[in-house]
Amino acid sequence: MSVILIAGETGQQGVTQQTLELVTAARSLAGDGGEVIAVFTGAQDAVAPALPADSVYLLKHEALGEKDSGTFDAATDVLSALASELDPDIILFARTDRGSVVAPRLAMRLRSAFARDCVAAAWDAGDVIVTRPVHGGNANARFRLAGKGPCVVMFRPGAHDAGAHDAGAHDPASSTTSSPELRNFDPAPHIRESRSKLLRTGQEQKEGVRLEDAEVVVSGGRGLGGPEPFTQLAELADLLGGAVGASRAACDAGWIDHSHQVGLTGKSVSPRLYLSFGISGASQHMAGCSSSRNIVAVNTDADASIFGDARFGVVGDWEKVLPAFISAVRDIS
Amino acid sequence: MRIAVCAKQVPDPDIPPSQFKLSSSGRAVEPPRNVSPVINGFDLNAVEAAVRIKESADSDTEITVISVGHGFALDVMKRALATGADRLVLVDDPSAQDLDAAGTAQVLAATLSMHGPFDLVLCGRQASDWDQAHVPLFVAELMDIPCVTVARRIDIDGASATVERVVPDGYQVVEVALPALVTVSNELGEPRYPALKGIMAASRKQPEVHKLDELGLTDEQIAPMVELISLEIPQRQGRAEMIDGADDAEKGRNLAIRLRHERLI
Repeated sequence: MSVILIAGETGQQGVTQQTLELVTAARSLAGDGGEVIAVFTGAQDAVAPALPADSVYLLKHEALGEKDSGTFDAATDVLSALASELDPDIILFARTDRGSVVAPRLAMRLRSAFARDCVAAAWDAGDVIVTRPVHGGNANARFRLAGKGPCVVMFRPGAHDAGAHDAGAHDPASSTTSSPELRNFDPAPHIRESRSKLLRTGQEQKEGVRLEDAEVVVSGGRGLGGPEPFTQLAELADLLGGAVGASRAACDAGWIDHSHQVGLTGKSVSPRLYLSFGISGASQHMAGCSSSRNIVAVNTDADASIFGDARFGVVGDWEKVLPAFISAVRDIS
Repeated sequence: MRIAVCAKQVPDPDIPPSQFKLSSSGRAVEPPRNVSPVINGFDLNAVEAAVRIKESADSDTEITVISVGHGFALDVMKRALATGADRLVLVDDPSAQDLDAAGTAQVLAATLSMHGPFDLVLCGRQASDWDQAHVPLFVAELMDIPCVTVARRIDIDGASATVERVVPDGYQVVEVALPALVTVSNELGEPRYPALKGIMAASRKQPEVHKLDELGLTDEQIAPMVELISLEIPQRQGRAEMIDGADDAEKGRNLAIRLRHERLI
């Protein structure tokens, strides 16, 4: 039995999916009689989330709002102070923009062992063992986390089931868990003077379906040879009600904007259908699309590694395959 | 101003997955022989960012590239010098292979302090071998300076930097007080290729080389907290069902029919 601290996050729809995934992980790591504590930080008065946690901290301070999101200095200060006071066995983060910054800084401040982007974590003889993909997914590594103090573990989104706990539409009458105890902690004394300032935020101007939410993604890579083919991919995506993706090579070449990049350092997508043209299937790309339910690959190279991940494949020149495919899709739909 | 860029030598990430092998120790992944290592791609983006700042600066700007490792391919590391960096500092020590991310950060922070002070420390957003994006954040924490991650543009304005950082749904513009650490992403743009003149100049420069024990770190500071216990190369799941046809156009039509049959379109 252990004490697990979760660094939770909220979005427009309340507690994020990734936070709920952390709760699932935390329950399993806490064990029988263990304790799960969630902490949320923000500028506004937050509503106590209906989480299957034992206790919840809602830390409110003006420095913890959006303006902290350039460096997350205030969030790091406050979470470090709370973690020092609670002295949990493990602190869990999700791999979000904030988590990727705060988790390692917190770990170094506490001189704790840290592992990022983990897909699993378990106890083994008093130590935490984590599993994470390395070399862009070409290998899986298991690490033992030693060191003093709590271990800090950051999970990859989707590593755990978000479970049945639906925080948005929580009905106390049907719940088997009682509401968590709300605890207090004053963040103000721990927040240092800010060294950064968020000047402005820009949104991507996007028409149509968001890449991350699309049920169909039509993606192009280096094999397309230039920017023009992306017009045809966009036409196909429109036809199928999907969105256009791209490999990093195509984005770096300037053929399409980086906001379309799918992969380890781009967006993660999990559509029903992932249609790829001229993509070889390097691990860095597959890390962003391998959870797609059906991958289709069109490539001139019969040995391209994407054919090992795809359900359907065509060895052929996209310049001939794609127009015929689009025209057939038009005819049958 | 003085800029430091932390760069790492890694196996070429463009090597096809099928050619990766486990080392005899089982602790490392070995690329095929005769394939040169490269400077981590994002670290080259960081060098590019530094060179752009140098080009647009009114005052003298010096760029120092720092790397920790062992078995450096000097011609590979000198690429940074050939594209505009002024100095190359290598911590070259067999023990560097035993460092974990926190230990590597301690070594980098000590090296930065030895050659500093620096106004700006740049790093790639992550390395393509162990995919650990946290070494830069560890370094910032050890130096007690702010860190802005995933930058696509950096402008220096006196005692502060204005950084455009990529976030999941767009971008943010952040002003940060110097000294600061910034991690750079590929959205910054392609790193330039070395020009002949740069290659000639780089060939005449020698790196400044340190051993770990010159840095004044205690054993406790660099003792690993994260221990690798196993490494395995996952099996590929299988093979796609290949769609055939008399020519490529027919394959395209047959693919549509097959996907329709599966109710996927």
